Amino acid sequence: MAKTILKTEGLTKHYGGIQALVDADFEIKEGEHIAIVGDNGAGKSTFVRQITGVEQRTGGRVWFDGNEVHFQGPLEARHAGMECVFQNLALADDLDVPANLFLGREKLLVNLGPFSILDRRGMRKATEDGLRATGVRIPRLDYAIRRMSGGQRQGVAIARSATFASKLIIMDEPTAALGVQETAQVENIIRSLKSRGIPLVLISHNLRQVFDLVDRIVVFRRGHIVANLRKEETDGNDVVAYITGVKTQNTASAMI
Amino acid sequence: MAEVAINPGRAPAPTKSSRNWPMELNALAGLVAIALIFEIAGWMIRGDSFLFNAQRLQIMILQVSVIGIIAVGVTQVIITGGIDLSSGSIVGATSIIAMSFAQMGVRNGQDFTDAVFWSQGWVDLPIFMPIIVGLALGLLAGLINGALIAYTKIPPFIATLGMMVTARGIAKWWTEGQAVSNPTDSFVAIGAGMMPVIIFAVIAILFQLILTYTLYGRRTYAIGSNPAGARMAGINVERHLVLVYTIAGMLSAVAGLVAASRALTAQAGMGVMYELDAIAMAVIGGVSLIGGRGSIIGTFLGMLIFGVIISGFTFLRVDAYYQEMIKGAIIVAAVVADIYRQKRRGIVD
Repeated sequence: MAKTILKTEGLTKHYGGIQALVDADFEIKEGEHIAIVGDNGAGKSTFVRQITGVEQRTGGRVWFDGNEVHFQGPLEARHAGMECVFQNLALADDLDVPANLFLGREKLLVNLGPFSILDRRGMRKATEDGLRATGVRIPRLDYAIRRMSGGQRQGVAIARSATFASKLIIMDEPTAALGVQETAQVENIIRSLKSRGIPLVLISHNLRQVFDLVDRIVVFRRGHIVANLRKEETDGNDVVAYITGVKTQNTASAMI
Repeated sequence: MAEVAINPGRAPAPTKSSRNWPMELNALAGLVAIALIFEIAGWMIRGDSFLFNAQRLQIMILQVSVIGIIAVGVTQVIITGGIDLSSGSIVGATSIIAMSFAQMGVRNGQDFTDAVFWSQGWVDLPIFMPIIVGLALGLLAGLINGALIAYTKIPPFIATLGMMVTARGIAKWWTEGQAVSNPTDSFVAIGAGMMPVIIFAVIAILFQLILTYTLYGRRTYAIGSNPAGARMAGINVERHLVLVYTIAGMLSAVAGLVAASRALTAQAGMGVMYELDAIAMAVIGGVSLIGGRGSIIGTFLGMLIFGVIISGFTFLRVDAYYQEMIKGAIIVAAVVADIYRQKRRGIVD
């Protein structure tokens, strides 16, 4: 039996009187790829924000890699081995690929505090390795991010997460802003994560993509987890029925 | 499910116009072109060479070196996406206050009782005194600028405008408007001969290397490029901004020391408008006011362009009034060119 990497129990978030997330029970095991689907405002992003510590939860408990955690910010989550690819990418447009990949965790040659000397060659080498491992193709590493296509940028963002995520990657709509061809590129990159055994939580609106990429689909509706479906046991119509509320599962939990 | 190929907002497909063309090359081409224009105009109007005159070139580079020292700091501030309007006033305050710690006790064989600290007996002090006082002042002013901008979120324009007025006020208050003169020989040596150029060169090379090869540089560009992204990557944006503005303040103080030493006297009005010249040098050299782009090499080229224009007009005996007007037009043109470049890259609408 694979080890549980992330588990939540009764995870709840209220914004004033609005219950954005209610009693979410969720679990993901090593090597698993899970999709979170649901309508706008269903609580998908709220769920991710509570786990990664971008926001502080109202209630509930979270375990990550065997320990109970309460991350105070995304940095803490990152240090623990959980990487998040945000919708807005968080890349520095004027820096090149290695600089972006290692932003905030640069390799150093000589440690002199803020004036530490960068190990540029080492970072470039590691970037080449990281991109190759993730299957991201970038024509020139020394080009500024500004000059890359949307797919290449997303590739860099994902490669950054994949290079450093030791335990879990969370992606929030990684292809929402991309064209057909670029979406295909990014999906290939996500498949390569699967073959490397890196667990993934994928938030997506694109059901075709979800069925292509993941093992399990968790449906959020009005702040509740309303379905936890194995891919083989469901289909698009079924998932849509849960998303729109036509159908409901008895167990409002995403435990395995 | 129908999918529509949409062009992601801020990521235009790479085009020919966005090829790897360093901004510094534009500045270099501009420098060569302007120098050639003056050379040709020189022969036509005055029948003399503009460029092939060692003395003229020497004066030219001396004239711009003091402001060039400021521009090295201002460049870094602009790369973070900020601006520093206080540089000229910091020059005024540091020059007059540092000079008062650098006065001789005896002039022409008589006690110099007009020395600011005569009654305290603080005359003929060792050279490190005025230097430390000056640098500490610059450090303090820069620290206040940086802390205001980073922690209270006041726009850099406003925060440094406040420091511009305050530091000028301090410069006037210090001696109630009186000039301070009669510096010690060792203080005079700071700005003697080609020293300002040497000091500028050391500082410029040092910071070009720092911006390229250290964590400091990486963070400076990252913050100017995407402050939210830099924060998410774990960079302490506030602390870094304080450091950048502090360095800019200290470099203004260095310029103040050099200017005072060179002039042999310090007045409260020293350094007026230096901040604008420094900003202009940076922008002409390709440092983008939007942040994230530029280099000290670019600013150095911008400084040379500035110097060539000033000494070129003087050589052609163009009236000083016209010089100011043309200088203003060039600054505006450089900013317009910057905006145009960004537009073409799809950064601003």
